[in-house]
Amino acid sequence: MAVDTGGAVTAPGSGSLDGQPDSRAELIQLLTPEGERADHPDYPLDLTTDEVKALYRDLVIVRRIDTEAIALQRQGELGIWASLLGQEAAQVGSGRALSPRDMAFPTYREHGVAWCRGLDPTKLLELFRGVSHGGWDPADHNFHLYTIVIGAQTLHATGYAMGIQRDGLVGENGEAAIVYFGDGATSQGDVNEAFIWASVFNAPVVFFCQNNQWAISEPLERQSRIPLYQRASGFGFPGIQVDGNDVFACLAVTRKAMQAAREGQGPTLIEAYTYRMGAHTTTDDPTRYRLASELEAWKLKDPVERVKAYLVRTGSADAAFFEQIDAEATQVGRHIRQACLEMPDPAPPSMFDNVYSEPTALLRSEREQYAAYLDSFVDEEVAR
Amino acid sequence: MTTLTLSKALNEGLRKALEDDPKVVVMGEDVGKLGGVFRVTDGLQKDFGESRVVDTPLAESGIVGTAIGLALRGYRPVCEIQFDGFVFPAFDQIVSQLAKMRMRSQGRATVPVTIRIPYGGGIGAVEHHSESPEALFAHTAGLRVVACSGPADAYTMIQQSIHCEDPVIFFEPKRRYWDKADVDTTGGLADALPLDAARTVAEGSDVTVLAYGPMVRTCMEAAVAAREDGRALDVIDLRSLSPLDLATIVASVRKTGRCVVVHEAPVTGGLGAEIAARVTEQCFYQLEAPVLRVGGFSTPYPPSRLEEHYLPDLDRVLDAVDRTFAY
Repeated sequence: MAVDTGGAVTAPGSGSLDGQPDSRAELIQLLTPEGERADHPDYPLDLTTDEVKALYRDLVIVRRIDTEAIALQRQGELGIWASLLGQEAAQVGSGRALSPRDMAFPTYREHGVAWCRGLDPTKLLELFRGVSHGGWDPADHNFHLYTIVIGAQTLHATGYAMGIQRDGLVGENGEAAIVYFGDGATSQGDVNEAFIWASVFNAPVVFFCQNNQWAISEPLERQSRIPLYQRASGFGFPGIQVDGNDVFACLAVTRKAMQAAREGQGPTLIEAYTYRMGAHTTTDDPTRYRLASELEAWKLKDPVERVKAYLVRTGSADAAFFEQIDAEATQVGRHIRQACLEMPDPAPPSMFDNVYSEPTALLRSEREQYAAYLDSFVDEEVAR
Repeated sequence: MTTLTLSKALNEGLRKALEDDPKVVVMGEDVGKLGGVFRVTDGLQKDFGESRVVDTPLAESGIVGTAIGLALRGYRPVCEIQFDGFVFPAFDQIVSQLAKMRMRSQGRATVPVTIRIPYGGGIGAVEHHSESPEALFAHTAGLRVVACSGPADAYTMIQQSIHCEDPVIFFEPKRRYWDKADVDTTGGLADALPLDAARTVAEGSDVTVLAYGPMVRTCMEAAVAAREDGRALDVIDLRSLSPLDLATIVASVRKTGRCVVVHEAPVTGGLGAEIAARVTEQCFYQLEAPVLRVGGFSTPYPPSRLEEHYLPDLDRVLDAVDRTFAY
């Protein structure tokens, strides 16, 4: 019997790439692409106009940070950049659902979550400019360092959540961890092991999967035959699919899952159904593997535009408000551009720092020898 | 002083660490009720509870990955990898995450995780139960790699590893688990030899013999046999494989002019290669012969009916000693 192992498998229940999840999927949506408010019995959400405006501000600024970083990469100031274009609502909605005491574990694309945690966006550039592997103290904003190996951080978050349990901080006034990963990561052993650990230990952790439909060039169909949120049931905890381009829904769903985790009800898998509108990174060329029509379809579901439409539709904001937010975003863009251009290269001896808690004799000797080697060139130049 | 097996000495060391620091968490497969397949954690769960001595799901990457998370939350996890050959599913978490977290965070995040690995052959086991993967970890900057050889060191070194702010890969010579020796369980760690220091275990002026883990006893026996031939071996138990205590090694080789490195791991790309290069650089004018290596062949670990041919023994150590005198 011939078995076709190479072709794409379109299984019952899998999402389709026109942006419409399978009709059986219970996608949580509280704001339509047209900017109309929708209600969901399980996810009531009362936001004041100011709160909606604040979310809009986040979305616009986060997109501006991304745009500026792409420009900096194109101009040779960053080695690479992983764009979040299209995923702003998933990141801002979930990021704003966290309390200061919750701990977030990002991938390398969570610039929007970083913004919500209060991290200066210029810190993000260090990694992409190549001046450090991680530019901030995770404890400052309870935002862990970017993790590049796909899915590895899901175990760190789960272990961290097990620490919260051991600290006795599950229950009333509890804490929780949230970990971000993508659709491709769901194929990693580490992610599946994290699901098992979180499940059997009932750890206070929320798994936030941004299903942006593409793992570089590989479509969702290469990772899963079923919608990703349904994976959770096999591990014994709830899985929810949310419109990842709907900042209201992402906020409401994440709030509820985090609260459940803090109270001791264990993990939740949230699949934020979204779309990577840009390239995987600045080195990628998505025209080689996907159709322009797909992007066009998703542009109609833009996460920023729908909040703007809502604000306009409800008469909550006028032109002056939108101009003010744009001006603020421009300021943030200027700020990170200037910081990037002024960012010094690290001194060569610094590479010997922080390998161990104390430098070993070997590292001391390598540092001294390399410094002497560098000095030898200085002497030659002086002699000339 | 009490007489303990190496396994029991580790058990007592772990018990002391659990008593001394409420942040210490022991975790691994079968470490709870069963007490570990080698009984190293025997009785600990009963005395310290299930949240401090954790029977984990059966996945090594999960063990190390969640240990990293616990460490980021302020805990000091001690992971047991049940057998040497089972560490590889955790390789990414150890090499790409655990080892690099300090540098990635510019010293802001520390992950004081200890990973215990029963290692080495000689117990007639099936495949993947007799390996010596220490060079893979010694090659990785950011990890400390140590091996204990006897009960007294086992007791102190496991505690020092847990206290250490750096991640430590702690190799336990599984065929020596039932070796007995006197252990002082009353003394503190302040008087103990530092974790990164080698120890001279037999004094001699003719040949330096460097060993660690299970090969220390083998080399001690070789030293006794060599003495009958009129040769005095300077046997050094390296204890720390990364960083290496090069000062002790170099001082010995400068005295003897000859050096033999012994380990169970394959010699190709093994720790002996690194030591030979360092010794050659630093003792070139004192060397009377090339640094020789005695170790496993460049093959996968063979079926156990052949392991006595694969593993270095007293005669192969003495053969190498003889060969250093042939130059």
